[in-house]
Parts: sequence; structure tokens; C-alpha cells
Amino acid sequence: MATQLEPDVRADEDAFRTEVQQFLADHFPTELKNKGSALAGVDGPTNETPAQKAWREAVGERGWGTPTWPKQYGGGGLTKAQARIIEQEFAKAGAYNPIGGMGVMMFGPTLLEYGSEEQKNEHIPPICRGEIRWCQGYSEPNAGSDLANLQTFAEDKGDHYLVNGQKTWTSGGQWADKCFAIVRTDKSDKHKGISFMLIDMDAPGVEVRPITMISGTSPFCETFFTDVKVPKENLVGEEGQGWTIGKRLLQHERTNISGGGRLASMMGQSLGDIAKKYGTTDADGELADKVLRDKIADFEIRWNSFLLTARRAVEESKAQGGVSEISSVLKKVGTKLSQERSELLIEIRGLQGLGWEGKEFTDGELEAVRGWLFGKATTIYGGSTEIQNNIIAKRVLGMLDHQ
Amino acid sequence: MAVLNEEQEMLRDMAREWATNESPVTEFRKVRAAGEPQAYDTTAYATMAEMGWAGVIVPEEHGGSDFGFMSAGLVIEELGKTLTASPLVATTVAASAIILGGSDEQKAKWLPRLASGETVATLAVDEGAHHDPSVIETSVSDGKLSGKKAFVHEAHGADLFVVAAKDGLYLVEKGDGVTLTTRKLTDQRSHADIAFDGAAADKLAGGGESLLDDVLDRARVLTAAEMLGMAQQVFDTTLDYLKQRVQFNQVLATFQALQHRMADLFADLAQMRSAVEAGLQAVDGGFGVARAATIAKAEANRVLHTISNQGIQLHGGIGMTDEYDVGFYLKRARVLEAAWGSSSYLKDRFAKLGSY
Repeated sequence: MATQLEPDVRADEDAFRTEVQQFLADHFPTELKNKGSALAGVDGPTNETPAQKAWREAVGERGWGTPTWPKQYGGGGLTKAQARIIEQEFAKAGAYNPIGGMGVMMFGPTLLEYGSEEQKNEHIPPICRGEIRWCQGYSEPNAGSDLANLQTFAEDKGDHYLVNGQKTWTSGGQWADKCFAIVRTDKSDKHKGISFMLIDMDAPGVEVRPITMISGTSPFCETFFTDVKVPKENLVGEEGQGWTIGKRLLQHERTNISGGGRLASMMGQSLGDIAKKYGTTDADGELADKVLRDKIADFEIRWNSFLLTARRAVEESKAQGGVSEISSVLKKVGTKLSQERSELLIEIRGLQGLGWEGKEFTDGELEAVRGWLFGKATTIYGGSTEIQNNIIAKRVLGMLDHQ
Repeated sequence: MAVLNEEQEMLRDMAREWATNESPVTEFRKVRAAGEPQAYDTTAYATMAEMGWAGVIVPEEHGGSDFGFMSAGLVIEELGKTLTASPLVATTVAASAIILGGSDEQKAKWLPRLASGETVATLAVDEGAHHDPSVIETSVSDGKLSGKKAFVHEAHGADLFVVAAKDGLYLVEKGDGVTLTTRKLTDQRSHADIAFDGAAADKLAGGGESLLDDVLDRARVLTAAEMLGMAQQVFDTTLDYLKQRVQFNQVLATFQALQHRMADLFADLAQMRSAVEAGLQAVDGGFGVARAATIAKAEANRVLHTISNQGIQLHGGIGMTDEYDVGFYLKRARVLEAAWGSSSYLKDRFAKLGSY
């Protein structure tokens, strides 16, 4: 039921497509074809090759890494349709978007909504150019799912705040330049005592310790603040508005975690095909292990209906001009199914699918093990499955608050 | 809910209004009490046909509206919500067989009658208690069809049978050589074993080698649409109940154990709706039908099974009573789960389609 585009709109889009293709031909270094970005994620250091740097600068200058953000702050100022064209043409050329990370996914959209003019002018352009890495100062040892229980305190010292406390699960903290944090400015009110502020990671008194996870990687850190001076102009919104702003930011985070498209690309190959390589087949060419075969089909059917659900959520949201209520299930279902898939992959491969290191294992096998372990985090972070269930029950199903 | 066009919204609203006002579950109770073998209200079916519902997939030249399977599914879903007893699904499936495999003469003869509600038809494939189109003994020689069919839906009201024989699908009219034995199942609807003994048979010669599979896929998506309506209704009724039932001085809806269970069921229902709608749309689009229909029915089986059980559990004792409707959904659910493929059959088929 796609609406027919007006002819002049279509002509404009064709012209823009040509412009993107020309840009790729002029600027995309062929040596980077089908390679990922060194900067986009939070799971690696920021050493860029000259080619990567040139590509980041070329995209950043146009604002095409953040295509729909306003031009006055360094974004592309483009329509969603044009943003899709950039995505499509980049994908066709095997090019990645070098502008990424938490600044793009979470902090930028939130600052555009709540930041002052000065803050937007200062912080958004470096995000659009991919020059600054942001990390998230949210969770604390005693504030996980009960995030509003946070205790890190920012004391008013006239022209600045003096911040003391500890954050944890700071994704990419060891590589970040700046941190957007929610801290307590008033101890008398749980929610209204929270403020949203921006902290330089190289300020005196900030200490970062990476946490080694069960997967053997250290994508998260503990971050300690000891008498850290934060200028007053780094407060976003009003004092006490931090919970509202902080929750808005989490909506951006969830959208990113559950994005069906990304999950789909992660799970390209059919488990049935993989199982045929690792197991034996009978005379009909079917997997000889009928129990495993049943499990795989059972999973893949549910995985397919999840992809259909993610697609439906997008279509409904577009049609009704707001967020579809089924969007609320995508995070919980998508993460659960991803975990199930990792478990099945291990069952399919047997002990060959549990390798920790060594040449006897393929890269794919080793990555799957680390992915299986790290994947356990997905039902905990970004609002655990239990928190998602609370949200669905309360906001979508109208069941009453249990507290 | 899939994004609908204007015609589809009108059709859905009309079906919803009629089902709610004219065919609530009390009407099904009347059908049950009447104990007629055809197990539906013939006047009600005539009204449904008058509103055009029996001809939704039938081409306009043969008296239908040609709105397609997604549209037919919308009507069937609404009727499923109130457990409306009718041969609408059976007749629509039979019509699809004639559309796919019939000659011009067969189409001209039967489709207008099916669309107008004058003729009721049904599909007879399975010869045992399990769906298995790979074991068919029924055969035809010199235009005479012989064999046994088991648990045929809506057999008592049917004037026309679309029968699977070893070498294809045949049209057989009620009459000489067709003997029904009633099989009373838990859903109190029409089911019968049929003995065909040299009954006059007219072959559906078109549609190619995949005709039977193609018709079964259409039966799967339409049945899944009925199941979707049932699952939605049980979910909604259960949620309403949890919001008003008080125990320990608080409404049940405030208990977190129940909230999380409902959140799980809500997610399951979302998956089921996506799968069923995609199955109906695949038939209309003519692309990837076998896979989409298999996913649709498999998800319908899985989710309705869970929701129909939880509907009883979450209602507590009252859910166990005949006076309360929720038990009817459980009983109908299991019959439809078995129809045109149980979960294990469908998973096997899905794996075969994926070549593993």
C-alpha cells in the first residue's frame, strides 16, 4: 500500500542519489570497502588509519553521518527519505558510516531536544564530525534496574558543582572524551533530586577501571568521581529535570538495541545450513538428529515472526504517526531470541562450538562463543527484561502499579 | 494490526459490528443447544453471505468482490472472536481450490453459488486423525471416486466436497455414494468421517502439481486467522478479568507475577498477529506462500495453545465452568491446532522448505 511519489519528488530523490554516488566515488577509500568503522562502536580503541580518518572527515564535513540532524549544528539537514538513500548507497558501495557511538545514538538526539543553544553549538558539531566520544554515566553499584536510586552527588559550589561518587557499566569509558551523567543534586527527593550533566573524562578526579566480562572482553568500566569540578554551564535543562531527560535518552537506547534490521543482519545464515555442515544428514538430505532439527525449525519460525513484528512496528508507527504499542515487545523478544540462537549454535557445533582460543577454531566459531557470553548482557542492560515487562504491563496493558 | 486500505477497514468494522451485536457467544450456545448436525445457524450464514463475506476471494466476474485473502482474514478473525459457528472458512478454502484448479466451466458453475451462500463446500484431504497429505488412498476410476475421509470440517452442511485423491483434487456433490458418520468433537461443531463409494467426481485439472499444497496453504492461513481472533479475545477477556477481580484486598492486575505473564502473552500475541497477517498477505502477493503459510499456522498453534491455557488458569475456578465462555475457546483451539498441520507437522515442513 505504498503511496505513489509525486514526479517532482522522485526527480529530486534521483538527483540526490546521483550526488551520493558521486560523493562515494570521490571520497570513499577502496581499501575500506566492506570493513567496519574504528570509531562507531564502543568496543575498541580509536587508532585510525589515515584512510579511515580521511573518510570520517569527508562524511563529517557534509553532516551525512547524522543526516537528519539540523544543518546549523553540523548535521545533514536532510529528510528521512534522503537519509535512506545515503544508507542504501553506502551499503551498495560497501561503505560504512564512520560517525557513530553513543553521541550519535543517544546523547545527540537528547541534547537537541533539551540542551541550551550554547550547549548545542558546543557539543553537537564535534559529534557530527566524529571527533568526540561520549560515554554514559547512569548505573551505579546500587542503582541498576532501580536507576533512580543513584547516589553520585553533585554539590552546588556557586560557579561549579563538586561531584563525588561511582558509576558502573560505563560502556567505552576508557576510550571516552566526555560523559553524560545523571547525578543527585538533592537528597530529599528520589526522582526530582536528579540532574543531567556533562563531565569531562580527563578532568582531575575522574578515574576509570575496565571490567573484564565473562566473555573475556572489557567493554564496560567502573568510573570513580572524586571532587570533580563540573562547570555550571554543563548542566542540561534545569536542576531536578535529570530523570525526565535521562529517561528520554533511554528510549533512544532501546530503539537501538532492538533494531530488527541490525539483528537480522547479525543472523544471516540459516541454522539448518550450519547444522548440516557440523552434523550428518540422512538419505533425504535432512538432518539425521531429528530432535535438533525440530529445535532449529521451532526457533527459526519464531525468529521469522519476530522479524515480521519488527517490520510491522515500523509500518504501524509510520501509519499512525506515533510509536506503535507493539514496539514495547521488540527489545524483550529480540534479545531473548538472540540468546536462544547463540545457545543453539553451541548445541549444533558441540565442543567445537565452545572454543576460547587457538587455530583449531575458525574465527566464526570463536566469535560465536564470545558473542554467546556477551549476549547475556542484552537482557540485563537498557532496561532488563523484567523492567520491560513492568513497562508493558503498566503503560500498554493498563495494569496497575504494583508498588 | 497490518496497515489497511479503506475497503479493508470498512469490511473489518462491518464484521466486528455484526459479530459483536448479532453473533455473540450466546449465539454459539444456541447452536450447541439446538444439537443440529450441521452445527450452525443457516439464517445467520445466509446473512453473512448477503453481506458478501462468502465471496471475498472470489473474482468479480463470478459474483465475488475479489478483495483477497487479507480481507477474508479480517472477517474471519472478527468471527473467531465470538466463536461464530459457520462454514465460511470451509467454503472459502473450497472456493480457492476451484479458483486455482478449476476449468472455466467449473468456475462458472460453482463460484457464484459459493459466493452467494447458496452452496456450502468443504475440503476433504486427511484419512486419519492426523493431518498428513502424503498418505492418500482415495482413488478415482472412470469418474467414480472411492475412499474414506476422516474428521471433515463442516461436512454436514456441505453440498459440495473438494476431495483429495491419489491423482489430484476432485469435486464431489452430496448424494449417491457419499455417506457421513458424525464425529462429535470437543468443539461441538460439525465434523464427520465420509465414505465415498463410487461417487461421481469431476477433476480440478488445472493448478499444476502443487495444487493440493497450494490449497492447503490457503486453508492454513484462513484457519490461522480464525485462531488469531480467538487468541485476541481470550487475551482481552482475561486482561479485563484481572483488572476487576479482587483478592487479598487488591485487584489481581496489581500482582507482578500476573503482570509479567500478561506481558509475555502480549508479546506472543504480537508475534502471532505478525505471522498470520504476513501469511494472508503472502497469498495475495503470490510470493513465498508455502513458507509464510507454514510460519503463520505454526505461530497460531503455538500462541493460541498457550493463551487458551493461560486464559483458564488466570480466570481461576470460574474459567472451569461451562457458564463462562473461556472454556469454549480452549476446546475449539485444540481442534484448529490439529487442522491442516499440528505444530510438529509444520516444523517438519518448515525444515523441508529450508532444505534441512
